[in-house]
Amino acid sequence: MSLAHRIIPCLDTDGERVVKGVNFVALRDAGDPVALARRYNAEGADELVVLDIAASRDRRPTFLETIRNVAAELAIPLTAGGGIRTLEDARAVVRAGADKVTVNTAAVLRSGLISELSEEFGSQAVVLAIDAKLDSDFWRVMTTGGRVSTELDAISWAAKGAELGAGEILLTSVDRDGTQSGFDVALTAAISKTVMVPVIASGGARWPQHFAEIFCEGAADAALAASIFHDGIQSIRALKEFLASQKIQVRLPC
Amino acid sequence: MKISLLDYGAGNLPSVERALQRLGIQTERVSTSDGVAKASALILPGVGHYGALIRALDRDGLRQSLIAAIQRSVPFLGICLGLQALFQNSEEAPDLQGLEILPGSVRVLSGAVKLPHMGWDQLQAKAGSRLLKGIDPGAYFYFAHSYAVPYRGKEPALQTRATCLYGGEFVAVTEKETIFAVQFHPEKSGDVGQRVLENFLRIAA
Repeated sequence: MSLAHRIIPCLDTDGERVVKGVNFVALRDAGDPVALARRYNAEGADELVVLDIAASRDRRPTFLETIRNVAAELAIPLTAGGGIRTLEDARAVVRAGADKVTVNTAAVLRSGLISELSEEFGSQAVVLAIDAKLDSDFWRVMTTGGRVSTELDAISWAAKGAELGAGEILLTSVDRDGTQSGFDVALTAAISKTVMVPVIASGGARWPQHFAEIFCEGAADAALAASIFHDGIQSIRALKEFLASQKIQVRLPC
Repeated sequence: MKISLLDYGAGNLPSVERALQRLGIQTERVSTSDGVAKASALILPGVGHYGALIRALDRDGLRQSLIAAIQRSVPFLGICLGLQALFQNSEEAPDLQGLEILPGSVRVLSGAVKLPHMGWDQLQAKAGSRLLKGIDPGAYFYFAHSYAVPYRGKEPALQTRATCLYGGEFVAVTEKETIFAVQFHPEKSGDVGQRVLENFLRIAA
């Protein structure tokens, strides 16, 4: 008996509708967030993540409304983020019904934001999202939806984030995202074995075997995917049954 | 029946409210000692920092009315920090005093485990539990915490009905007469969590 490995569907939204990029570009419409949330809640998803990938200021009220509507459907935890720059932004998301908040670019620009959020909501509510891209001999932290390079090393940034109060790392491989070629096992293992907070692996999922790999070899605590669930390529229930058959601890839906 | 939710600014209060409303239960938020005194059943939600909860209870003058209500046998359900608050104190905020309704202290989870204890975990049944009635022994519940009350066994006053193993064995469900408390989040634990809330509502009715 131990903690179950989590399967987390992610709704990348433009604030209102679910979209999903391939390598972070070429967005296409994938549906109504509320309908998807209802489906995943019923199918046995362990949590749900909703991101505002457009994160434009004028559409923020629309995104908060989306969070409210999604939260109303869920009896599982909800994480929300995208464009969170201040404590006040985070408060709005939590008030709308999110249990956890993810920060990414704003935390790179001002790491004190992580501590502010952790002091206000507790570290269990603060998820540091890191977009990492392989650059010769290290994984470079990228921001602004994977488009802007930083000088940060993903492993040390994850460790610093945890130290500042992040309770979880949502680690996306920019190289794998949208490729359906499998999670980045080396990246995830390197970070999961360094930081003492849970790591959610993201980017590249296609087959059930990819999830087995990321849990066993990548030491991920949770795995996140979007389009394979939205498009009905992979059902969460069948995925969990496969993982259970591989002796990987998961919470099977009733 | 109406359930009173203690409102001191806890992040998970709306989730608990939604979960009860899905069950067709009328809820009200109470934030004054008068409101607590009139409650016929109370839920103390909570997530985050132990110090924030205890300070808020004292700031709003809720400590005495809450203790009095619990002592009057008003059915009470504590969730996460709401469980921890029932005990004497916590390592998370050593200068503060808990409600001291149950003996024991809250400690940080230890050992070679990642913290927070985040996600779905199983319970170890210790004694017949009214809250867990009808729930499969292998069921998973959602946890999100780094502190807990260590289970020491053979302490009947603790009334531990179920524990969880993570960074040591800790109290996951405690029940004593009309006092109920869980370290996990029933409002976030899907169908089994709903069952826990239903069981509490049945007892409180």
